[in-house]
Amino acid sequence: METNRQKLKMAVYWAASCGGCCVSVLDVHEKLFDVVAAADLLFWPIALDTKYRDVEEMPDNHLDLTLFNGAIRNSENEHLAKLLRKKSKILVAYGSCAHLGGIPGLANFTSKEEIFKRVYHESESTINPEKTLPSPVCEVKEGTITIPEFYDDVRSLSQVTDVDYFIPGCPPQTERLVEVFTAIVTGAELPPKGSVVGAGTRTQCDECIREKTENKQIKKFYRPWEIADDGITCFLEQGVICMGPATRSGCGYRCIKGNAPCRGCYGPPAGVPDPGAKMMSAVAGIIDEKEPGEISKVVADIADPAGLFYRFSLPVSLIRKKVS
Amino acid sequence: MKKITIDPITRLEGHGKIEIFLNGGGEVENVYFQVPELRGFEKFCEGRPVEELPAIVTKICGVCPGCHHMASGKAVDAVFGVEPPPTAKKIRELFYMAHYVHSHTAHFYALAAPDFVVGPDAPAAKRNILGLIEKVGKEAGLEVIKQRRIAQEIQALLAGHQTFNIMNIPGGVRKGLTEEERDDIVEKARGFIRFAEFTIKIFGDVVLGNKAYVDLILNGPYKLNLHSMGLVDSNNKVNFYDGKVRVVDTKGKELYKYSPPEYIDYVAEHVEPWSYLKFPYLKKIGWKGFIDGQESGVYHATPLSRLNAADGMATPLAQKEYENMYSTLGGKPVHATLAMHWARVIELLYSAERCLELATDPEITGKDLRAPLGPIPGEGVGIVEAQRGTLTHHYITDEKGIVKKVNLIVGTTNNNAPICMSLKKAASGLIKKDTEINDGILNMIEMAFRAYDPCFSCATHSLPGQMPMILEIRDTGGGLVKRFIRN
Amino acid sequence: MEFKPRIIAFLCNWCSYTGADLAGTSRMEYRENVRVIRVMCSGRVEPSFVLKAFASGADGVLICGCHPGDCHYQEGNYRCLRRFTLLQKYIIQMGIESERLKLEWISASEGKQFAELVNSFTETITELGPCSIREKTKILL
Ligand code: SF4
Ligand code: SF4
Ligand code: SF4
Ligand code: FES
Repeated sequence: METNRQKLKMAVYWAASCGGCCVSVLDVHEKLFDVVAAADLLFWPIALDTKYRDVEEMPDNHLDLTLFNGAIRNSENEHLAKLLRKKSKILVAYGSCAHLGGIPGLANFTSKEEIFKRVYHESESTINPEKTLPSPVCEVKEGTITIPEFYDDVRSLSQVTDVDYFIPGCPPQTERLVEVFTAIVTGAELPPKGSVVGAGTRTQCDECIREKTENKQIKKFYRPWEIADDGITCFLEQGVICMGPATRSGCGYRCIKGNAPCRGCYGPPAGVPDPGAKMMSAVAGIIDEKEPGEISKVVADIADPAGLFYRFSLPVSLIRKKVS
Repeated sequence: MKKITIDPITRLEGHGKIEIFLNGGGEVENVYFQVPELRGFEKFCEGRPVEELPAIVTKICGVCPGCHHMASGKAVDAVFGVEPPPTAKKIRELFYMAHYVHSHTAHFYALAAPDFVVGPDAPAAKRNILGLIEKVGKEAGLEVIKQRRIAQEIQALLAGHQTFNIMNIPGGVRKGLTEEERDDIVEKARGFIRFAEFTIKIFGDVVLGNKAYVDLILNGPYKLNLHSMGLVDSNNKVNFYDGKVRVVDTKGKELYKYSPPEYIDYVAEHVEPWSYLKFPYLKKIGWKGFIDGQESGVYHATPLSRLNAADGMATPLAQKEYENMYSTLGGKPVHATLAMHWARVIELLYSAERCLELATDPEITGKDLRAPLGPIPGEGVGIVEAQRGTLTHHYITDEKGIVKKVNLIVGTTNNNAPICMSLKKAASGLIKKDTEINDGILNMIEMAFRAYDPCFSCATHSLPGQMPMILEIRDTGGGLVKRFIRN
Repeated sequence: MEFKPRIIAFLCNWCSYTGADLAGTSRMEYRENVRVIRVMCSGRVEPSFVLKAFASGADGVLICGCHPGDCHYQEGNYRCLRRFTLLQKYIIQMGIESERLKLEWISASEGKQFAELVNSFTETITELGPCSIREKTKILL
């Protein structure tokens, strides 16, 4: 990476995250030395000893680039999202959780109350006769200690603050990150604010190498273990739901190469606001039945359409949360 | 009463916060290790088809996704009442050994080694992998990154992606191994063994060669007398992928040995209002609070506890090191927190050897990858040893395999109470009346939890631009009493 | 306050819209809480249209197309039926009562049937009460 510019000031933060996005940054491996040469990492809890106060004390816009991964699940996540927005010139929603709500966003099928009940009262191994629950402010005998407030639902980063760019993927492909990083470091012209970067614009199906025909016709859907996948034919044509038609390209169809159908972590392709709606339309389009009874039978084989079509995107979808 | 807050705890996976209360005399009254985070997988996996879980749960932890993928894959097999064919099992275990090599390598070099090689009270700016490289040479630093990369590549080859694993399907795996791929892995596994031996040598030279360090391990404020948990094979040798869970007491005597579905009779979890993370303990003993000793229900699930709980290692080179460790440290069991680092490098060697064993196994390139499925019994438990402790996944489904209940006892969670107690011990031992709290003291407190590897292991916590750690002591009203800056 | 349901009706231009028109010109009485959106064919009703309607505060969504075999684009109404079946399953999972989404075939001459359909659907929705999606999915900052 050739650059004569001043070193980039950079932060990587995780909110409600699994850490996999941070690992994807580290998976630059030997190239890490290039990154370090081009950027000073000022805040990165997974790897550096910077504390929250240090960020609070930075002047506004002090950071050139912040990669924010993880969803917004609690008050601390939201606070840091807003704080880092103020301190950063470019704020990137990095990875499916920040971009779409991600897997933690599946919690929008339930509520804080139900989650607490399951985890702290009912789980098979929990013994909690006093029905204790974690509480944001807690009086212990030595004084008061606090933990963040757990929200009732999960939000994506752009649902709580202004975001400049989105890098999709769970986690994003490291090669794509390097491309985006290089563009920023070399001062290349950046795409308009709000763009999805580090991915393609078309669908997985456009890139996937499995054999497919134009006119798919399906009379029965199967769960992946119900068929002997031939490793060659398009999953949908074998009757296994694959999110390819409603998912943005850019990951190198890595699941499909591993003989697993796509689950949509790259989010919807350009111009598609709601991936699940798009997928419903695609699936309905290939069902080869006309009678209401027969159609119902085919549809009955699709277990959990909501959890499948919105696997990574429930919090940003049109109906972003289960009602009641 | 004064209060010290460390927020967030850096260099560890997930979020954490430490509150240290000092009494009027300036001594440690209590320490709280708080986990401020919950995501609720136990609840939101309900309603999903169970075969989707192995991929979904890789998002519990992006640092040890492979552990969740394996525990989940096994729980799902049990839900379907099947055993995968031998080839499939071996491919899974091969993947898992690469996962161990990656994780243990990174942990040792990024977190543990700098403390010893550069010195626990060296300035923070030196106490990192760059400081380490200064001491052991740049070649070695690049080698660490290279070996970690290779381990990541093997995982990606076998599981679709190193972080987003999709290899497991009910009754087996989705993809086999070609002869060329196998040959390549054999070469790489040989490299792992050389590298693991080199790592053990560094540990020997730097740590064991220094009497002060051996003293610190054996006599420092880092010791908890707890029961030990670990997975063992049919010969009571350490195994990460399969077997029974064995628990030995503080004196090394076998307390229990249970198979996965029986976990519910042996392990229970306690809830405290000040943390989102529960506190597991041995159910038959009961929750006795944050105390150690033979009467306590609290146990360790760590590299060291696994070695304590087993009768040895199943591979020759690792077995030799196992014997060496126990004879050096005065016999089994060992309770010194810092000996976890030693145990970890022995496990690294075992993983490398096992990797080679599996890669050279004629069955590994077999074509029988999936067992046929019958009716769905609908309940299953899968247990593997995660790097950070015994990992249990328990699923209950309806007759179609749609998830009704999920229970998880995750690696680090096992050690939640021990981490709290270790921190308190270390803090109490190090902070006395009128102690000048400096860089070294703070790092020595951090070393207590770093030993558990609740942390992310990477070669980068040493990046230039590292900021000092700031600690504040507040009175109970929140007023700032004193501020320490660690440069 | 009396609950006046908000209903969105997607009507196919060729049969159903004409049928609705007929109901209007014949001065058949039907409830006024329906906002009609004319589409060229029921097969043009994307799942996202329906979800958008609910997300924006509709209490019920009605889709009408030509009778089987009568679609001017041959298969549009079958496509609609398949989408509808899938959508039903999805909205139930999201906690929305399946009665809030209805599909009926109405021909150009069935003005009376259309009026009756609207009245009965309005009644169903009135009984169910307001749909809380818009409220419940709001992001409170
Ligand atoms: S996007 Fe995926 S990899 Fe990144 S934090 Fe979320 S779950 Fe982890
Ligand atoms: S549906 Fe899936 S398998 Fe088929 S072409 Fe698209 S991405 Fe490939
Ligand atoms: S194939 Fe689909 S689910 Fe898999 S990584 Fe790519 S976009 Fe994500
Ligand atoms: S034209 Fe009326 S439904 Fe297709």
